[in-house]
Amino acid sequence: MARVVVDVMLKPEILDPQGQAVQRALPRLGFDGISDVRQGKRFELEVDGPVDDAALARIREMAETFLANTVIEDFSVKVES
Amino acid sequence: MTARIGVVTFPGTLDDRDTQRAVRLAGAEPVPLWHRDKDLKQVDAVVLPGGFSYGDYLRAGAISRFSPVMESVITQARGGMPVLGICNGFQVLTEAHLLPGAMLRNTALHFVCRDQKLRVESTATAWTADYEAGQEISIPLKNIDGRYTADARTLDELEAEGRVVFRYLDVNPNGSLNDIAGVTNAAGNVVGLMPHPEHAVESLIGTGGTDGLGFFTSVLKKLVAA
Repeated sequence: MARVVVDVMLKPEILDPQGQAVQRALPRLGFDGISDVRQGKRFELEVDGPVDDAALARIREMAETFLANTVIEDFSVKVES
Repeated sequence: MTARIGVVTFPGTLDDRDTQRAVRLAGAEPVPLWHRDKDLKQVDAVVLPGGFSYGDYLRAGAISRFSPVMESVITQARGGMPVLGICNGFQVLTEAHLLPGAMLRNTALHFVCRDQKLRVESTATAWTADYEAGQEISIPLKNIDGRYTADARTLDELEAEGRVVFRYLDVNPNGSLNDIAGVTNAAGNVVGLMPHPEHAVESLIGTGGTDGLGFFTSVLKKLVAA
């Protein structure tokens, strides 16, 4: 078994009001010096069998068609050993 | 013969009964469609009603877009069948790429519920022929993921081709780009909008007006003419 992580983030040009709300709360809580926050999603996939090129290609396809909406989001795929 | 208009129920759909009622009041026969059915029961048009299909998990409309019924709806819509997506149905249509753009969390992060004034920008669709261009209507709006967005090129294309069907008036409730409340595909048979016409079809309830009935009578005329 191996773990593959898919990170999904709103594209940089898309307004992220949730991230902004978090950022605005930080000084109130005593955390200074953070000028911007953007909030994304992390998927941890437990994969049966080897994570070879074919398996990674399938996961990229999954991310592109389902886990991320590429109209508004970017994604990255990485293998965690 | 009475036109048959399918109304899809996904797990989490809320407004299917109201939509069926609106279809009936307009003079058509509502045909309930279940998300697991591939068979569209020979309907002449389909409405995807509002609600929270599959709990809006992942993204609003993202999971329902892959349901068996949507496979058939996508094929038929590409063939020219009229399809209307209301609120969650609009989200499903963008996720299915039957309509351009995507829907995001409202800029104010609040769920908004209000009577919303709209301007009808296009009557050249299967669902808006009974309105007049520039007509102002008021129908209920209720959503938290209603911020329509698209890249600059897509927006320019929509504006240039007259495919923005409705715009918010007075208030932009969710931060939608260009005050867009509804759009259509290039052929004009697929329309999606965030506010709810099916809640404004009887004078006794909802807004107290019947501004929403025109959607359902428009498609009837279109089907009779076909």
